[in-house]
Amino acid sequence: MIPDLLFLAFSAGILLGATLVIAARNPMVGVMGMILTFLNAAGLFILFGAEFLGLLTIMVYVGAIAVMFLFVLMTIDIDYIKLKEGFAPYLPAGLLVVALLAAELILAAAHSPAQLTPVVVVGQGPQPQNVVALGQVLFTTYALPFQIAGFILLTAMVGAIVLTHRPRNDVKRQNVTAQVLRKREDAMVLTRPKTGAGATAKHWNPKSVAKKVKA
Amino acid sequence: MLNLYLTNILTPDNLWYLFITVLFILLIAVPVLIGMAMLTWFERKILGWMHLRHGPMYVGPFGLLQPFADAIKLMFKEPFLPDASSKFMYLLAPILIFVPALIAWAVIPMSETSQGVWVLANINLGVLYLLAISSLGVYGILMAGWASNSKYPFLGAVRSGAQMVSYEVSMGLIILSVILLSGSMNLTDIVHAQQGLWFFIPAFPAFVMFLVSILAETNRHPFDLPEAEAELVAGYNTEYSAMGFALFFLGEYIAMITMSAFTTLLFLGGWLPPLNVAPFTWVPGILWFALKVLAILFFMIWVRGTFPRYRYDQLMRLGWKIFLPLSLIWLIITATCVKLHSENGVQPPAPADVKALDQSSEANPVSLGQAA
Repeated sequence: MIPDLLFLAFSAGILLGATLVIAARNPMVGVMGMILTFLNAAGLFILFGAEFLGLLTIMVYVGAIAVMFLFVLMTIDIDYIKLKEGFAPYLPAGLLVVALLAAELILAAAHSPAQLTPVVVVGQGPQPQNVVALGQVLFTTYALPFQIAGFILLTAMVGAIVLTHRPRNDVKRQNVTAQVLRKREDAMVLTRPKTGAGATAKHWNPKSVAKKVKA
Repeated sequence: MLNLYLTNILTPDNLWYLFITVLFILLIAVPVLIGMAMLTWFERKILGWMHLRHGPMYVGPFGLLQPFADAIKLMFKEPFLPDASSKFMYLLAPILIFVPALIAWAVIPMSETSQGVWVLANINLGVLYLLAISSLGVYGILMAGWASNSKYPFLGAVRSGAQMVSYEVSMGLIILSVILLSGSMNLTDIVHAQQGLWFFIPAFPAFVMFLVSILAETNRHPFDLPEAEAELVAGYNTEYSAMGFALFFLGEYIAMITMSAFTTLLFLGGWLPPLNVAPFTWVPGILWFALKVLAILFFMIWVRGTFPRYRYDQLMRLGWKIFLPLSLIWLIITATCVKLHSENGVQPPAPADVKALDQSSEANPVSLGQAA
C-alpha cells in the first residue's frame, strides 16, 4: 500500500519534471525540471530494490551532469526569444517522432509478457547487497564489455579535450616549480653605486649581473 | 477508494512507527542545530583568542548565549526580496542548502551500546548516501547566485559550483580507498573495521588529503572563494537577509559538522576509544565521537586563523593536478595492499555462496505493506 503510494508520487514527479523540461520558457526552470526527473527516477530505483543504482543516479546525474548543464546555462548569454524562433517548421517532424515513439511503447506494453503487478520492494532480509551482486557479474561475466565501455568513455573524454583545447600564450601562468627553485641571486642585484651614477654602475659587478651581461 | 487507502495506511502499527521515527529525527536534528549554534560561538571564541581578543563575552556567561541572540536578531530582520530576482528560485535556494545538510545525518552512526547502534537508518550504502547528499548542496548555491540576478552572487555561485565539483572527485577516490580497507560501504561496519587500528594511521596521506578536501567542499578558509569578502562582498548570499541568510549559514555550518563526523567515521574510528582498556572504555562512545568531531572542527577553525586565502587558479590546480593524481595513486596502492592481505579487505565469496546469492536475489521479495 505504502509502496504503491510512493510509486505514484515518484512517477508523478518524473512526469512533472519531464513536462517542465519541454514546456518551461526559461531554460533554468527546464534544468530544474530535469533534476526533479533524475531525483524521482532515483527514488523509483530505490523503491524497486536497486539502491546502488538509485544513489549512483543522484551522484552522477544530479551531482555532476546536471551541474554542468546549469553551469553552461548560467554562463552563456541566451536570447530566449531567438531560441523559440524556428519552432513551427519542425513541429510536424517532431510530432511524427513522438507519435512513432508512443506507438512503439504502446505496442511493446501490449505484447510484453509482464503483468500488471502490485509494486514490490525488496525487504530487509538476507538479500545480497547490490554492490556485491553487481561486482560479481561486472568483473567476471561482463569484464570485457565493462573494460570496452570504459575505453569508449576515455576516448570521448580525450576527444573532447583535444577538440576544445587551444593553447593560449597571451595568459600569464604561475609556474610553482620555477618559483620555488628561484634563488636570491636570480632576483636581486646588490649594488653600492656612487651618488648620481645609477644602480648598475660599472665599478660594481657581482656574479648575477655578470651572468646576465654574458647571456 | 481513498477511505480504503487511509484505513490501510493509518493502522496503529504504522502510526506508532511514524511517531517513533519522527521522535528519532528530532533527537538527531535538535542536537545538530544546537551544535551548529554553538559552533558559531566556538569559532568566534577560538578566532578571538588567536587574534588576542576576547571574542563574544557579554551575552550570557563567556558569551555562550551569543548565537541565540544572533538567531533572534536574524528572525526579526526584514526579509528582503530583490525586485529583479527570480522570486521562486530565490526563496527556494536557502531551503535547498539547509535540507541536504540536515538529511545527511540520517545515516551517521554516533555511538553503540549493547542495544545497538545509535543511527536513524543503518543502510548498507551509507557512504554513497552521504556522497550523493553532499553533492546536492551545490544547487542551493548555484540557484541563489542565479536567482539574485546580481553580479557578486553570480560570480560567487559559479566559483562555488566549480570548486565543489572539482574536490568531490578526489574525495570520492579517497573514500573508495577507505571502503577497500574496511570492505564495506556501511558506516557502522567501517567503524567496526577500525577496532584496534584507526584508518588514519595506515592511510595517513589519504587522511591529510581528505582533511584539505573537506575544507574545499564546505567552502571554508583557505578555500572560501565563493564568499571572498575582499572581492565579492559576501558571495552568493549577498542579496539575502533575515532567515534566508540564516538558512545559508545554518546549512554551511551543519555541512562542516557533517563532514567532520564523516571524517571521524572514516579515519578516526567513530565512537571507538583510543585504546580498548579500562579508563578509556568507561567513557561512553557518544563522548568520544563528539570529542573527535570537535577536534576536526577545531582544525578547520585553526586553519582559518592561520592561512591566507588561495587564489582561484591555485585552488583548481591543487584539486585537479595534485589531489586527483595523488588520490588515484593512493587508491592503486591501497587496492594492491588489500589484495595481498586479503583477510583484511573484501573476500572473494566461495562458489557455493555465489549460487546462493543468485537464487536469493530472485527469491520472494517481500512487499513493505505485508512486512508491516
